Amino acid sequence: MIAQQLLNGLFLGAVYSLFAVGYTLVFGVLDILNLAHAAIFTAAAFTAFSLSMAGVPLPLALIAAAIVAGIMGILLDRVAFAPLRARNAGTLVPLISSIGVAIVIGAVLRGIYGIDERHFTTGGLDTAPAIHAGPLTFTIVELTIFLSAIALMLVLSWVLRSTSLGRRIRAVGQDRIAAALLGINLEATVAATFFIASALGGAAGVLTALRYDSITLDMGGPIELKGLAVIILGGMGSVTGAVIGGFILGAVETLAVVFGLSAWRDAILFGVMFVLLVARPTGLFGKRALRAA
Amino acid sequence: MSALLDFYAKHSRLIDQIGVNAILALSLSVSLQAGQLALAQAAFMGIAAYVSAILALNAHWPLPATILTAAIVSSVVAALLAYPVRGLRGVFLAIATIGFGEIVRVIANNLAITGGAEGLSGIPNDATTPVIYGSLAIVAAALFVLSRTKFALAVALVREDEHAARGVGVDVGAIRTYSLALGGAIAGLAGALYAHASFFITPADFGFAEMEKILVWCVVGGVTSPAGAVLGATTLSILPEAIRFLADYREIFNGIILLGVILFAPGGLASLWRRRAVRP
Repeated sequence: MIAQQLLNGLFLGAVYSLFAVGYTLVFGVLDILNLAHAAIFTAAAFTAFSLSMAGVPLPLALIAAAIVAGIMGILLDRVAFAPLRARNAGTLVPLISSIGVAIVIGAVLRGIYGIDERHFTTGGLDTAPAIHAGPLTFTIVELTIFLSAIALMLVLSWVLRSTSLGRRIRAVGQDRIAAALLGINLEATVAATFFIASALGGAAGVLTALRYDSITLDMGGPIELKGLAVIILGGMGSVTGAVIGGFILGAVETLAVVFGLSAWRDAILFGVMFVLLVARPTGLFGKRALRAA
Repeated sequence: MSALLDFYAKHSRLIDQIGVNAILALSLSVSLQAGQLALAQAAFMGIAAYVSAILALNAHWPLPATILTAAIVSSVVAALLAYPVRGLRGVFLAIATIGFGEIVRVIANNLAITGGAEGLSGIPNDATTPVIYGSLAIVAAALFVLSRTKFALAVALVREDEHAARGVGVDVGAIRTYSLALGGAIAGLAGALYAHASFFITPADFGFAEMEKILVWCVVGGVTSPAGAVLGATTLSILPEAIRFLADYREIFNGIILLGVILFAPGGLASLWRRRAVRP
């Protein structure tokens, strides 16, 4: 029972991690909280839905929706953040403008799709065979979702660590002005950061939709705030921390069900986050000094 | 006169909402003015709404007593919250207080006395328009008087430069705690009025979506002045009604207005009629 729940937690956690990685990447590089991340997550799920209705196979729909989400991320930056960056607007104002973009995205989605819940009708999700491994049971869909999330995070880790783009992103995150002085194209690097972060958030949206075979306008609501808890657990701006934080959240959520605490699950989660913020604001794995005003 | 009465009869609910929203915006502007991005206003509002509703429903207390008790409870909670978060700034304070709000919402969702997810209904509908606007006037007058005191100077100093504030002997921790508690009291007042102006309350009324709305009112109106907060709350409460004819495109328009103000009027609506020279 507990082993099965931990496995479920692992599957759940992978998607949380994927969402949180993009959330924290934007914060790490730009020091802004992007409250439109969850809206892009939802938009990508609907994009994949439309593509699959048009006959596109699900794996291709996933990739295409992630790319669409990435492009939305670049647009989000141009509209909501770039003008504010140019005038050094602090942390509060970008937060609000990202809320504005989230409202617009949500309204457009509602205009296009209405308020009904949607399902993937193609791809044979409902007939996917279950796999039995000893006492554990899972579906091929769950396994594929898990492996896709892990693969995407490995790609991100490789990009950040071993490519020239990754070095530029890290340099801008450390010191924007110094990076610009060294000849790094600031705006291009920020655009790339938004593309990566939003594409991953979008992929998380599609995978979440596949996992529950459900796409709704408000599917981004819970993960938006839980994602905050995850990036705090991991240390704001720490990509590795966000991955670990996502898995911790997945485990906590499924174990709460085992211990009959599912009604109090979110209170426990946010309670832990609150205590951690107060006692150790750099998170479990973060190293940066974060208390600076 | 009768035209005026007709107008009131038609829009009394909206008019009451605007009054409550303006008080909420004022409550957030108090902590924003001390430079604290504390996003627990919806939670303070919810705590007070439940306290006053429970006192009215179970103990049959009169309206003024439930409002006063609710505002005191929410300001004490706010002061208690201020202590652990005293070391947090900026986005970290925002996230910690958002987390606090979620905890309050989950608790309201699970307790028997709060009616769980279905909330409480049958709250006496005795927060009339004069009560609401009377409260708004008292809050506005109190904040105006406060703005002429040394306390307001200290608040401004803490916002602009904490180190300088410490240097001239301002107790930064106390200022932050007081401003959060004052904001909590005002939000509590609004929450109690909200409960007594609605037929029922549910935990979802006081979640992050409500908090986002309050924050947006303040920022659109102009963060650094109470007048801006009231202006923002009023404008954005009327806007959805005024553009009802846009039907499905209404929400898109809402978002665009918000973005437009942020991008083109950095000081909020309140800054539009100040001299242009103020702008950088």
